[in-house]
Amino acid sequence: MNPPDLITILISGGIGLVAIGAVGMAVSRHLLRLVLALAIAEAGANLLLVLAGYRWDAVAPILTGATVTRPMVDPVPQALVLTAIVIGVGVQALAVALLIRVKEAYGTLDIRELKTRVEQEICGAAGIAPPESANKPGGGQPYPVPVTTSRESA
Amino acid sequence: MHKLASLLFAIGLAALLIGLAAQLPLGMTPMVVGQAILEQAPGETGSANIVTSVVLAYRGIDTLGELAILFAAATVAGLVLAPSIHAESRLRAKPRHDAGLVLRAGSDLLFPLLLSVGFYIVLHGHLTPGGGFQGGVVLAAAFFVSFLARPARQPSHVGIVLIEALAGASFIGIGLAALLGGGAFLQPVLDKGTLGQLVSAGSLPLLYLAVGLKVGAELSGLLAHLAE
Amino acid sequence: MTAWIALVLVGLMLGAAVLVLYLDNLVAAIAAASVVSLLLSLLFALLAAPDVALTEAAVGAGLSGAVLALGLRRLGLIDLGKREYPDA
Repeated sequence: MNPPDLITILISGGIGLVAIGAVGMAVSRHLLRLVLALAIAEAGANLLLVLAGYRWDAVAPILTGATVTRPMVDPVPQALVLTAIVIGVGVQALAVALLIRVKEAYGTLDIRELKTRVEQEICGAAGIAPPESANKPGGGQPYPVPVTTSRESA
Repeated sequence: MHKLASLLFAIGLAALLIGLAAQLPLGMTPMVVGQAILEQAPGETGSANIVTSVVLAYRGIDTLGELAILFAAATVAGLVLAPSIHAESRLRAKPRHDAGLVLRAGSDLLFPLLLSVGFYIVLHGHLTPGGGFQGGVVLAAAFFVSFLARPARQPSHVGIVLIEALAGASFIGIGLAALLGGGAFLQPVLDKGTLGQLVSAGSLPLLYLAVGLKVGAELSGLLAHLAE
Repeated sequence: MTAWIALVLVGLMLGAAVLVLYLDNLVAAIAAASVVSLLLSLLFALLAAPDVALTEAAVGAGLSGAVLALGLRRLGLIDLGKREYPDA
């Protein structure tokens, strides 16, 4: 059995991570799981970036002797990804700190509950009733009077 | 319905990325800039690890920007987590007990090991894989392990801030020294030495030491804030 | 040979990434995210990027897990052995 192509496997791994992270960000209702999904998508993007500088016939960009004997892989994407990983953990720590404040302020991390509570708070501060449904106007205002033409009433 | 829509979105995204990746010459990248750097870097910086010379010499300002981002993230996290004035009544004043014997003995054993491994990685960044960022994380882990074992003995916040500020200032100071010497900002200065020696590559090990101390101090401060 | 190793690593990595989204216990989900980072660092080592592999192993698999677990403790959601969140 022929061995599969290395580049194809790694591309599918990176794209799979990005897709799984995107789905996770779309479907997760818990804010902490959203942060985890973001970390996964970021890992996939890093893998694709390193892959962009890879050459199948090359060695790591570190000199072992005085002269270059074999071709080396591109060092520029590697330096870029090194930067991106460290910034990623900084962003993650900031997100966790914000989650802690959200939990202190609203007592929940569920996105739908958070939405209703934030809406209630905004409506309470503005002094209007919270919107009960999308079809009913908020603020206790009456329905607009349906326009009837004189021809229909006649 | 919502999940079905997300699944369709993911399939579309993956198809788009596959279509893009199929057009790229992956595996045999032409590398125009990379080839030039690979040819010139050993002679210009004297560093055996070419990724290090890209991070600190060719893209040094980028690394300075990264340090600024990390500093901003750590500062804002500390600011957000600081107890507010209104929450004073909810401050947990419970006494912090030391962890059990196994954890304390393990942390006493690990602390010097992690510290020396961290400094080894930082100081050999121009010779072997590693450098300021990786070594800084290991240094932060050393302090965090001892903090977990003995929560009462916290690292002093003033000391952490002082180390961080001095390291950041010395990074910029080395860059300004290159400017004074007639070169560009953050251009490598000092003698390049012999390739592969510990004392070589001019100012790159000093820059990585500053990065390592700054990252280590920032991250241990962040972990201490989160653990409070 | 390298391709087979990469195939196994990518398979495990994608499996762990799916587990991050589907595990009910948040502590287990964070552990699965660390597993993703660890396998990714092995892939970086295969891709002739030892610097990136070292960073990913130290930052992604180590520090990021510690940050998330500490955050979970501050959030009061850390509760080993209990299903603390019903939603997947």
